[in-house]
Amino acid sequence: MKTAVIFGATSSIAQAVSQQLAERGMTLLLVGRNQEKLEQVQTDLQTRGAKQCQIMVQDLANITDYDTLISQVMNRLGRIDLTLIAHGTLPEQKEIEQNIHQTMNEIKLNGLSVIGILTVLANHLVFQRSGTIAVISSVAGDRGRQSNYVYGAAKAMVTTFLDGLRGRLLKNGIHVLTIKPGFVDTPMTADLPKGALWARPEKVAKDIVKAIDKKKNVLYTPFFWRFIMLIIKNIPEALFKKMKL
Amino acid sequence: MSQQAPPASWGNLFQPKQQRSALCWRNEPLPKTKRNTSMLPFGQGRSYGDSCINDGHQLIETRWLNKLIHFDHDRGILSCEAGITLKEILDFIVPRGWFLPVTPGTQYVSVGGAIANDVHGKNHHHYGTFGRHITQFKLLRSTGERLICSPNDNTSLYQATIGGLGLTGFITQATIQCRPIESPFLMVETTKYNGLKEFFQLSHSYATRKDTANSKEYTVSWVDSLAHGGSLGRGHFITANHTEQPDDQDHSPQNGDKATTQHGLLVPFNFPSFCLNSLSVKLFNFTYYHRQRERFQQTVSHYQPFFYPLDGLQHWNRLYGTRGFYQYQCVIPKENQAALTEIMQTIANSGQASFLTVLKEFGDIDSPGMLSFPVSGYTYALDFPNRGEATLQLLETLDKITLAAKGRVYPAKDARMSAQAFTTYFGDQLERFIPHIDPAFSSTFWRRVQP
Repeated sequence: MKTAVIFGATSSIAQAVSQQLAERGMTLLLVGRNQEKLEQVQTDLQTRGAKQCQIMVQDLANITDYDTLISQVMNRLGRIDLTLIAHGTLPEQKEIEQNIHQTMNEIKLNGLSVIGILTVLANHLVFQRSGTIAVISSVAGDRGRQSNYVYGAAKAMVTTFLDGLRGRLLKNGIHVLTIKPGFVDTPMTADLPKGALWARPEKVAKDIVKAIDKKKNVLYTPFFWRFIMLIIKNIPEALFKKMKL
Repeated sequence: MSQQAPPASWGNLFQPKQQRSALCWRNEPLPKTKRNTSMLPFGQGRSYGDSCINDGHQLIETRWLNKLIHFDHDRGILSCEAGITLKEILDFIVPRGWFLPVTPGTQYVSVGGAIANDVHGKNHHHYGTFGRHITQFKLLRSTGERLICSPNDNTSLYQATIGGLGLTGFITQATIQCRPIESPFLMVETTKYNGLKEFFQLSHSYATRKDTANSKEYTVSWVDSLAHGGSLGRGHFITANHTEQPDDQDHSPQNGDKATTQHGLLVPFNFPSFCLNSLSVKLFNFTYYHRQRERFQQTVSHYQPFFYPLDGLQHWNRLYGTRGFYQYQCVIPKENQAALTEIMQTIANSGQASFLTVLKEFGDIDSPGMLSFPVSGYTYALDFPNRGEATLQLLETLDKITLAAKGRVYPAKDARMSAQAFTTYFGDQLERFIPHIDPAFSSTFWRRVQP
């Protein structure tokens, strides 16, 4: 594994994963919307030992031409051994449920843009006959909860899409990893009160890199979220709808 | 369980109500504060008292500023953001043959915090304080100015910020001059000694022979704080030098902890894990003192257990319970070393001390920092479980002895010293320091002790 493209490269989890990839001497392409931030991440990764680290400024919330985006990535990297999709936002449910425009935008950024990238990318990888696709979905996609269902719906779309894609690309030797982090202590969640279930991005990143190396299908990180979600998924709907989760 | 956000402060003495925001990118401006509230940079919350607390006001977290900026492999010069921890730095530089010039007893502190408290280590007599090795840093002031501070640029602000307790502005990035090492291992020698007099002799023989073959870069002593009479101050005198890779050791840092426990190698200070829970301090101290049968022992240790014996025990501060604990660290000038005896006697008689007691001789290397704590002399540090008024009274007594001996107390460890004591300890330096405080910055500590 020599090259990687990282979408949403300035997110905390993506940065922590990229640092580990840089230490392996990989060539990296960072995609994100803010040039200054990308440059700061780039400098860090170069210092840590990335063979090469390029940046690409692209607002993934407003993208329409996915063909051009992926061609540009292919042109820059030559071949794509690893794709990490990590962009997204965590909206305030109470706020967006009063605003259809915002709701649609959240679905677009957290769901549709991922599917757009994957659709085009998958076809390139089939041609390349190898590669790993790792996508950050969320435990929030496992079941709609009243406190966070727009974000959850977008992530559920991504998870379901990846389930299908994994089967389709199996015969082409392409590995698809669905990453479902629980609560991660990042600036994105700065306003939320923190308890024992919260994990540091470095810990989550370690799990992700291990899952990539071991070609796992679905990663819950930290691991205990698999059990938490198993319980949450099995609560009867008649009861679940009354729970203020 | 997973690692959580930093605590309010390490001593667990306070439950402050403070708003937390973060500066996540080094080019970002400082967050806006509400009217009549101040801000305080906050890294890992490893200060023991209230110097990292801003009750009723605002904290600006630095922990997302953890990126590297540049590393000169040949000269060992590292530029990094100020929220990065010393652990993150060591993980990067040790495999490349470099080490921190100065390190405190935990690697879970930020670079910004290490500068703001001008931390010291077991090699103070050779390398001085942490701040001496910071060739420059960038300081973001509440006016929006971004100032490069170094011994040659904005010199007085550079000196005020080193040891400046985060009050002079927000450090966004810093450059550290690292020192070369041959391997991650140290040759550790432990000498059991039977009283303060012997300690002074040992310390004198090691701490002053800087350039001889017998010189020891790291010296520190563990003291049985409950020993009385002729045994007062007895303990283990520990010295170490960086050494070459032992033939039978795995080079990887991950293997470090394991490596030091195999083949009869000693893990210095691995005592707290068993004693905190079950044994009384007295029994522990007795056992630990007599644990080493021979007077002298030589072992090879990986750097992690040697420098950071407590880091393996996450949240060890919680073992003091919900009431928390005080740490007292003072320095007594050499000419008044009798005061050290007095302090030890007072503590031994009180029966309040805990097992974590450390005695060390500081050298005479000056720090650029105006409020830097270390001065030439003997420094003694120990924990006291919080027993309310009894503990406060004891610490007040210790302050009186320290004041009379013209010593001083370490602000990073303090939660209770009086404004008068603080002013006396830092005297003229304080007057030089105050004009450099950023008017939008403050802390609970500062509001408590400011003249």
